[in-house]
Parts: sequence; C-alpha cells; structure tokens
Amino acid sequence: MSTLLESTVIESTQPGGTPRGPRRPRGGIRGGESASGWLFTAPTILLLGLFLLVPILMALWVSVSDWSGNGSPFSAGVHFVGAQNFGSVLSGGGLTEENFGISLKNNLWYVILVVPAQTVVALFLAVMVNRQILKGRGFFRTAFYFPSVTSSVAITVLWLFLFSQSGAINNVLSWLGVNGPNWFQEPSGIVQDALAGLGIRQGPSALTGGGFLGVSWWDWIGGPSVAMTALIFMAIFTTSGTFMLLFIAALQNLSGEVQEAAMVDGASGWQRFRFITLPQLRPTLFTVLTLGLIGGWQIFDQIYTGTQGGPAKTTTVPAYLSYTSAFHDQNWGQGAAIGFILFVIIIVFTILQRFALRDRAVSKRRMRLYTIETGGRR
Amino acid sequence: MQRRNRWLAAGALALTGALALSACGSGFSSSSGSSGGKLTSSKKPLTVLIGSSGPAETKAVTSAVASWSKSSGTGAKVIAANALDQQLAQGFASGKPADVFYLSTGSLAGYAANGSLLAYGSMLPNKSDFYPTLVKSFTYNGKFYCAPKDFSTLQLVINSDLWAKAGLTAADYPTTWAELETVAKKLTTGKVVGLSLNGEYARLGAFMTEAGGNLMNGDSSKATADSAGNVAALTFVKKMLNEGVLKYAKNVGESDGGQALGSGKAAMTIEGNWVQGELSADFPTTKYTVAPLPAGPSGKGTLQFSNCWGIAKDSPNQAAALKLVEQLTTTKDQLGFSKAFGVLPSIQSAAAAWKTQNPSLVPFLDGATYAQGVPTAKGADTVVTDFNSKLETLSTSDPKTILAATQTNLQAILK
Repeated sequence: MSTLLESTVIESTQPGGTPRGPRRPRGGIRGGESASGWLFTAPTILLLGLFLLVPILMALWVSVSDWSGNGSPFSAGVHFVGAQNFGSVLSGGGLTEENFGISLKNNLWYVILVVPAQTVVALFLAVMVNRQILKGRGFFRTAFYFPSVTSSVAITVLWLFLFSQSGAINNVLSWLGVNGPNWFQEPSGIVQDALAGLGIRQGPSALTGGGFLGVSWWDWIGGPSVAMTALIFMAIFTTSGTFMLLFIAALQNLSGEVQEAAMVDGASGWQRFRFITLPQLRPTLFTVLTLGLIGGWQIFDQIYTGTQGGPAKTTTVPAYLSYTSAFHDQNWGQGAAIGFILFVIIIVFTILQRFALRDRAVSKRRMRLYTIETGGRR
Repeated sequence: MQRRNRWLAAGALALTGALALSACGSGFSSSSGSSGGKLTSSKKPLTVLIGSSGPAETKAVTSAVASWSKSSGTGAKVIAANALDQQLAQGFASGKPADVFYLSTGSLAGYAANGSLLAYGSMLPNKSDFYPTLVKSFTYNGKFYCAPKDFSTLQLVINSDLWAKAGLTAADYPTTWAELETVAKKLTTGKVVGLSLNGEYARLGAFMTEAGGNLMNGDSSKATADSAGNVAALTFVKKMLNEGVLKYAKNVGESDGGQALGSGKAAMTIEGNWVQGELSADFPTTKYTVAPLPAGPSGKGTLQFSNCWGIAKDSPNQAAALKLVEQLTTTKDQLGFSKAFGVLPSIQSAAAAWKTQNPSLVPFLDGATYAQGVPTAKGADTVVTDFNSKLETLSTSDPKTILAATQTNLQAILK
C-alpha cells in the first residue's frame, strides 16, 4: 500500500507534459528522484514484505494445501487441494462446520453488543470530561483511560476473580437480593434465559428445525452466553477509554462559533449536541466504529488466557478456533482457511458500515429549509 | 509509461516475495527421516521439552536428565514449555524440533500421521514390561511409537471427616452403583454434596467403562459411543444429578473435584492420583481416603491417562535420545518421578516397590489391570471437547441424543 502511495507522490512531482519539446521519460533535472524515492522507501518495503506479505502468501498457500505441520509447506509432499479446507469449514455438515458456526455466532453477538456500547460510552465520557465546568478533568481522563493501557491479560485475570461464583460482582448482586450466576461457567444464552423466564424453554420448530453452519436458528438468536456477557462487559470497560481519547481530540477541534451561533438561535443543550456536535464528529465516529469492529472480530487474548473457549464452547471465536485447529488438531489448512474467512468478514462489515455512514446529499425537502425562495427560482 | 513502471515494480515485488518464499522453503530441512532401521547419531546435545505440572516435576526431570547426561557424556537440556502443543508444532514445522518431549495420547495420531515421530517402541529392551493398555494407547497403525512415561487412573476419593460425621465406616465403601447412590444421599447435607466431580468425559467416562462402554474401542479404530452401556452410565449420572447428590465441581464453585473435596464442599470425588499432590499443597489439614471405584453393571472399570516420551524423526541424535528414554523409564527413575509428583510407574516390574512406598494410594495402581484408555484417533480431541460441552447440560438433556451425536462425530473422523 505504502509503495503505491509513495510512487504516486513521486509521479506527481515530475514535470510531465511540459510544452517544451518531446517528453523525456528519464533523466533530466529530476531524473534521480525516482531512484532515491525507491531507495528511501526500500527499508519499509522490505520490512513489510518480509513480515507481512510473505507470511500472508504462505498462509494463503497453506489454506489451499494439505500441509500437516511437518517440515516446510513448500516441500514435495504437500499438495494443492483447492477449496477443500474452506469447504469443510463452511459446509459438509461435520463437527468442523458446526464449530465454526458456533464461533461465528459467539463473535457476532460480541460485536453486536460491544461496538455500539463502547462507542456510546466513549462518546458520553468524552463529552463529560470535555466540559469546561468540570473540575479535575485531568484526573477523570486518566482514570477512564487507565484500563486501556493495562495489559489485557492482567484485566482478564482480574475479571475471572470479579466474576467468580463467590466474587465481588455476585456479592454486590446479593445485596440487591439477586442470586448471581457462576459467570464464567454458565453456558446458557442470555436471550434464551430471558425467554425461559417467560416460560418459553423450547424454540418453535421453524427455528429449531433449520439452521446455518450447523447451528440451529434457535441457537443463533440465543444470544451470547453468560460467560461471553462477562467478556463483553470487559471489552466495553477496557476499550471505551481509548475511543474516548479519539472523541476528545475531535471535540477540541470543533470551533466554538458554531455552538455560539446555535445558542443565539435558541437551541437547547441536547439539540446542539444532536444537530451540531454529532454531525461534525462523523469522521471520528467512522474511525471509532471501524476500529471497534475490527478489534471485536479479532478478539483472542481474553479467550486464550481466560476461558479457552469454554464453557460448552460458548466463548470460542474464529480467531481462537483458527489457533486450536492448527496448533492442537494439526489441521493447518483449516486453521488458515478460518483466518482468511475472518478477513473477508471484517472487510465486508467495514464496507457495509462505510456505506451506512457515507455523506448523503441533503434531500430537496430539507434543502428548502436553508434556501431563500426568490420567485420560484433558486 | 509511469503506469507501466508501477506495474513492473509491483511485479518485481511479487517476484521478490516468491523468491523469499522459496528461500524460506529451502531453509526448512525436509524431513531426513530414517524410516526403518538405522538411527541418526551425532555429537549434538539433546533438547528435552516437557509440559510440566509445576516446579517439583521440572526439578525431578531436570536432575534425572542431568545425571544421565553426566554418565553418558552427551549434553542434554530440559526446557519446561509454557504451551507444549504450540512449541511442539513450531518445532516440527521448522524442522528443528526438540529431540525428546512429552507427548499426550491425544496428539500422538496427528504427529504420527504427518511423520514427525520416530516409532521406536519396538527397539526398547523393556518393551514387554509396560502395561499392555498403555502400549495400546501409544500404538498407531500397528506401530508402537513411544515409551509410556507414566500414567494415572481414576478412583474414588473420600473426605474422611465428612464420611465419619455421616456415621459411615470403612465397611460402607461403595462397591456398586446402588451403594454409591445410597452413601451419596447420606453424605449430602445443606452445605455438603455427596459426590462432586468435573462434568467431563475424563471423569464420567469411568462410569461408562463400568457399564461396559467407552467412546471408542481399545485401539481407537471403531466408534462405540452409542452403546447401551454408555447410555446406562449417563442415565445413572443424570439421575444422581437430578437427585442433587451429585454436582459438577464448577457448580459448587470449585475448579475441580479435588478442590471441592479439600474445601469440604463435597464428601466424595472421582479424581486421579495427582489429587494427593493437589490436596497436600492446597488443603494440608484435610484427611482423605482412596477407595476403589464401585463396580457397574459390567464390573470394574476406570479410565487411564498417560503421556509418552516422544522422539522426533528430525532429531540429529536419535540414538542418544533412545538411550535417554531407556534410562528415564527404568524402575529407579520412575519411582523417583512418582515420589516427586505423584504419578504411577508405567512398567509392571516397578509396581511392588511403588505399593510399599505408597500404601494409601494402592487402589490407583490396582486400577491398571482393568483401566481403559481414552480415544486416540486423529481428531478425537475435538469430538471429546464437543462431547464435554454437551455433558455440561446433562441434567436437562437426553443421554441417548448426546451419545448419538458423538457417535456421528467419531465416525466422521475415522473416514
């Protein structure tokens, strides 16, 4: 990527198409720039190529080969098997497909709940600590940002203690008369739990009969397990501080004049936030949502250090499944295939979200509010 | 022109990448395996990669290897792995694996199938001294791959104080399922549950063997998950769960059965011989007794677990590695390991000495005569994980459905 950008920059500085005489492709006063451009970017190209491009190409090869983890993936005994690895992950009706379906379901719920929540919390915190009136803003900013700079392993361990059967969370809940669950050991989905509370224990046959990727529709809508919910709280707790920082930076860049103009027009505090501040934050919002989305789909260390996919596989996510298929089960091709499917998922979600947040042309009806009618002509 | 140059540059980059790839390719040593007969031999020191249970094990293995190194003159270094599976896999992929390593029954098939392991079992002078069921666990495609390091079996562990408090004596140790249920009921009070264990195949499987079942047959060539014995076993467990006299350890807020027993939340548990180390470290004041597991409809049964000393096919010094393994599986070394971290010696000739050293743990070693191994087919670990996830909700689900699904999954991996 950076190589393309660099060469574009170099290209635009060349005196191409000058009226004097025929165009000389090389040489001249700026002829050496291209060479030095390559020279200056060479270290980055080499590093990126060696540590990014080459491993990605190797993984791509492994995902379409029958490499079994012994010796080089390019040795003679390794064969091209086409899309077979992708096939067994995405169809085939076996345990591999079911495991992938379960991990996808878990991660989808995680993303659906974490991304909006962390964005809203981050924005709320940013607006709060950005207020001139607040005393000790520095303290609050540091406090809110602190979880983000703490190692995720440390926070996971802390979380395991907090959410254990006799942990702090359940103690607090018991003051309220609530008998808290054994968080990290409880595999039941929270939506299904809620439905069971209403007396619906068995899904309708329309939902339990069919399914996708070996997981029934009833289980797809079952919600994240209680264990996964605890991890969702953790993600919101740790990441909102980071994104708060982005929002604060954006808020401080907004000019005060627009706000003052709105005040003069008599807009209330909420109106000013909703119609003045929020639209101006759109680029930051896009950044935060994109980063949140990517981070959400890539969740791994909390699972690896905390739950290892349990209880009852309800915290297995594609990234962790990819790791275990490769390193534990010696199905390297499938592990690599899961990695590439995850990559496609992230790209698709990012494109969708970019489409949803695009700058829309102002509609005619709304435009009329801002124009002065001059005899039928604008 | 510029545009074309850019494409040329991109092409050059791709070419460089490809070259780098092939360079990597030649960097890996393609497995220089001596598939039959001759072992590799060199002056290179050995690396021993172990998945240690703690400092006691690391120390014992290190000193045993060091003393061999001294007497043989071959250098050897012990590395305690943080993540054994991962470090092994990395070693095999790079072509420079550890020479000798711990290998679990679950990993054997995968590494044997991709040609990472040296099948040296038949070269061992004491190969007939190992327990036959252990040899079966480390046999793949008819080849005895590696020497069992040691093993563990499951038995019934009883909290002596809670037992006496319920008015029970040594005469009441259960010998049948019905008796187990009766004493569990007697032992269950407000704060104590009669029996608590981990809700997974590695514990409940003992009931399955007592009913004449298991997930797969002895050499893991046939799936037997949906057998009548397995259904009977899980139905019995489900009944005890619903009566409230059996609870999974996590449901009493403990990480495993040993912790539940030691903390006094459970009066009985089903655990392996490692429990003695766990209890003496975490609950030094808790008194406990080890009794044989009660017999089921088909008589006695239990599960056994083991690791072996794997030797890498890519090792440049297989001959020395084999010598080291021979030393580490002698009676003397195995009794030393047993003393340090509570495992059972894998050779029959060490049994008598072990029993005199550990009189209170004798039922564990007695289990060797009727114990069965866990499935070792490639991919069986994944199926067992899936089976475990279903066992977590056994109290509300149908044993037959669970076992039928597991049967399908096991048949799929055998294809």
